[in-house]
Amino acid sequence: MSARIGIVSFPGSLDDADAARAVRIAGGEPVALWHGDDDLKKVDAVVLPGGFSYGDYLRCGAIARFAPVMTKVVEAANGGMPVLGICNGFQILCETHLLPGALTRNDHLHFICRDQKLRIENTLSDWTRDFAPGQEIVIPLKNGEGGYVADEATLDRLEAEGRVIARYLDVNPNGSYRDIAGICNERGNVVGLMPHPEHAVEDLTGPSTDGVFFFASALTSLLSGARR
Amino acid sequence: MLKPEILDPQGRAVQGALGRLGLSGVTDVRQGKQFVIDIDGELDDARRAKLEELASELLSNPVIEDYRMSVVADDEAGA
Amino acid sequence: MIDTVERAEQTPEVEQPFGELGLKPDEYQRIRDILERRPTSSELAMYSVMWSEHCSYKSSKVHLRQFGEKKPETDALLVGIGENAGVVDIGDGWAVTFKVESHNHPSYVEPYQGAATGVGGIVRDILSMGARPMAVMDPLRFGPADAEDTKRVLPGVVAGIGGYGNCLGLPNIGGEIVFDDSYLGNPLVNALCVGAMKHEDIHLASAKGVGNLVVLYGARTGGDGIGGVSVLASETFDEEGPAKRPSVQVGDPFMEKLLIESTLEVLKSGLVEGIQDLGGAGISCATSELASNGEGGMHVWLDRVLLRDPTLSPEEILMSESQERMCAIVQPKNIDAFMEHCKKWDVEAVVIGEVTDSGRLTIDWHDERIVDVPPRTVAHEGPVYERPFHRPAWQDSLQADSPDRLQRPVPQEFEQTLLQLVASPNLAGKSWVTDQYDRYVLGNTVLAQPEDSGMVRIDEVTGRGVAISTDCNGRFAKLDPYTGAKLALAESYRNVCATGAIPLAVTNCLNFGSPEDPEVMWQFAEAVRGLADGCQELGTPVTGGNVSFYNQTGETAILPTPVVGVLGVIDDVNRRTPMKWGPDGELIYLLGDTRDEFSGSEWAHLNGHLGGLPPQVDLQRERILGEILVAGSRDGMLTAAHDVSDGGFAMTIVEMALRSGVGARLWLPDDIDPFVQLFAESAGRAVVVVPRTEELRFSEMCGARGISAHRVGVVDSALGPDAGYPEGTQVLQFGEYFTITLDELREVHEQTLPALFS
Repeated sequence: MSARIGIVSFPGSLDDADAARAVRIAGGEPVALWHGDDDLKKVDAVVLPGGFSYGDYLRCGAIARFAPVMTKVVEAANGGMPVLGICNGFQILCETHLLPGALTRNDHLHFICRDQKLRIENTLSDWTRDFAPGQEIVIPLKNGEGGYVADEATLDRLEAEGRVIARYLDVNPNGSYRDIAGICNERGNVVGLMPHPEHAVEDLTGPSTDGVFFFASALTSLLSGARR
Repeated sequence: MLKPEILDPQGRAVQGALGRLGLSGVTDVRQGKQFVIDIDGELDDARRAKLEELASELLSNPVIEDYRMSVVADDEAGA
Repeated sequence: MIDTVERAEQTPEVEQPFGELGLKPDEYQRIRDILERRPTSSELAMYSVMWSEHCSYKSSKVHLRQFGEKKPETDALLVGIGENAGVVDIGDGWAVTFKVESHNHPSYVEPYQGAATGVGGIVRDILSMGARPMAVMDPLRFGPADAEDTKRVLPGVVAGIGGYGNCLGLPNIGGEIVFDDSYLGNPLVNALCVGAMKHEDIHLASAKGVGNLVVLYGARTGGDGIGGVSVLASETFDEEGPAKRPSVQVGDPFMEKLLIESTLEVLKSGLVEGIQDLGGAGISCATSELASNGEGGMHVWLDRVLLRDPTLSPEEILMSESQERMCAIVQPKNIDAFMEHCKKWDVEAVVIGEVTDSGRLTIDWHDERIVDVPPRTVAHEGPVYERPFHRPAWQDSLQADSPDRLQRPVPQEFEQTLLQLVASPNLAGKSWVTDQYDRYVLGNTVLAQPEDSGMVRIDEVTGRGVAISTDCNGRFAKLDPYTGAKLALAESYRNVCATGAIPLAVTNCLNFGSPEDPEVMWQFAEAVRGLADGCQELGTPVTGGNVSFYNQTGETAILPTPVVGVLGVIDDVNRRTPMKWGPDGELIYLLGDTRDEFSGSEWAHLNGHLGGLPPQVDLQRERILGEILVAGSRDGMLTAAHDVSDGGFAMTIVEMALRSGVGARLWLPDDIDPFVQLFAESAGRAVVVVPRTEELRFSEMCGARGISAHRVGVVDSALGPDAGYPEGTQVLQFGEYFTITLDELREVHEQTLPALFS
């Protein structure tokens, strides 16, 4: 029996089908969750996928954050359920304040799609425990509003508490402070990641299969009961 | 408006453009948003409070943005 | 006061501004003859938009007929020309629909929105065939790379295509960027979309079933682009700038995404009898086309249209080109379910009419009849012009002016020549542009730029996929439009085969100057003739396409630019052939014959020369070469392949090397002049990389098919030290002529566009 991982679709979500594929490849069972239902269908973990929910109108993720399903997601996250926000999902997590900081327009003002090298710096979170500490991976990045920002105090705290889970290597593609590509909450169950692991799950279509480990990590967390 | 300490790449791009188009001496440009909200009926205290709440929860992201609200009475508006 | 049918009957003498709406006096008279009275102002608006060049194809119809007349026999064509897009059977019950369209003039006026709405329009065309859009491509052409106006237009166009396509969630899998003087003031923004569906999901744009309801859904109707179609695309820009400044359409990709999801749901649920997207000419087009394709009658209550701008008049509503709108024909028993689906996606929908058997399209505005016309006369029986055409007086002297008179570089200058080509805007790396596009979304992109064709997987279980390439060398087309069109087809065909896919069908976007200029019209006629003949010879039918006329400023027309898109199918995308070569020791082969052909070449262009006859085209040999490339791919004989085109053999090698990051040793055959070998642009050639174990089998196959196959090199990552570089340095060694590092090539290749546009 495999773990059930819910993938929320908002109007404008784009990478939901890809997240489902990634979950399947990792060995989990993807479950489609609709933004308008406040029902998590008894899933064991949740993914907020990439895309342009509500067209990125107002601010990225600002409207999605108030969707009925999000009340349940926030509740579950506070109860320890693993939640992964990818790109737009990361933006939504920051808007709900499950994660600190915010994502802003890329400093060079262009949308950028590139194969991005990352270093995984925290392998204790629910979504990164299958990596080796300091492991370098390459997964696609594609965003126009991916610059992670937070005040100095918050940034220092994130670093001190080891909550920067991934950092950009070689090239900082969007002006994120401290080259931060992803962070987690204190408990380690909520992770926000700007690049797209779901696009690095098949050699045929991605730059590597490094992305599978994010999803496999969640399954490891759930199935081994190694919870925090 | 983005808080002063947050990088505003769009404002910076506009600043460059103003200079290139012949306006000298521009020391800073910040780009922000304006919401013009038409409301039926009176803006009593309860509604005003609700608006403030929504201004800081929905219309702006307090992590990176400040907002300012001003009320324009019905007879002044719509010029 | 509303101009009703009744009023029109009673006031035949009223002067109407048909000229300002783009209609000629004889066309206006014909409308009066058809209606047996003067048209109402709404009817006049409808006819003027629908009979414009852009919508009616009046100058091109007589020539485009050849695509049907010379259509090759093929089982693969499920839907041919005439519908929104052609549909091709790719096996396993899958069908693919694809088309390319232009949005040239709006992109000059407002680059971002012009390009964005171009993408929106073509995506809706694909959607209206019943397909889920799978990918987009964008053949783009601009004035000189360093021109001020190019710096205005190019970044806006690229941002618009990216902004719209990325938000829709469609991967951008290829395209072209070409710079030429003649496109200054007339950029070409062509947008292609490909979609997939199962055979049973194919839907046509017809209104059948008397009593069925006509539903308008999507964005509200506003004043976008009013007069855009008939005014903009039927007028050239004169020297002082656009004579009229119409409102350009503004796109909302989020709304289009909602439209895609809601449309696919209602189609899948079997709730729709017919469907049409609203593009050029908006409601006028959708209603008249649906009506004429169906029972022949429709009644519309125009006041039910949901408006963004309540001040619009009925004429304006009929002509509005507001984006992100579709029209569906729904049985009354299905309407509630249809509305539920729209509500789920927050898409507004309203019943605006019903199908009748009256044979007329009637439209009421608040119970007053403002339109009563035979729909076929609006949608399909527009004017047909036989524009005069003749070969330009200068064509002979242009063809006689061979580039042979140019000073050719001596061998010591070959390296410099190569670097100039690599750095030239047309050949330089395009990642500054393509990195602004999402190529990953949907997770099915197998090949994207800079590979020869864009390839997407259609079926995750079987691995079945399609590949598309778009190509056109406008310089070849100017030297000889007939041959130039065939060469564009050949290149696109070859690019599809190079990746291992079998070409099946063709789409085209024919970009030309003014059809009122007999010399331009000759170019058009010749190009269409060439493309039709070429498609017949290759066995790949034209499934649909687009014509864009009036791409000229004053007297100067653009290079005749017939963009050809070829679509091919591959059984298993895992077998595709990329450009990247593999481990050391693999052999590099040049297939096909190289001749001393520099007319219209990039080298000649860099030397300021355009003249002579374009390279020879031999479609039979292209066909055989294609079969070899496909067989080589399918049977595992090839590691890599890349077609030889702009810049010649040397450029092909450079592109493969940069993609691979690994060097190679090349040797040039001694029976050909080295300058020719390196830089000539003969057609019918490809470079392939063959593992040693496959060499015999592969070369025997080429020999048996009669295609020259010269072994010209070997992949070698250890050449650095031989040429005096540190160990590990990757180099290309071109015979005894020169050796150059990949680092130097990469730097030159990648800095051109960022230096110009960042």
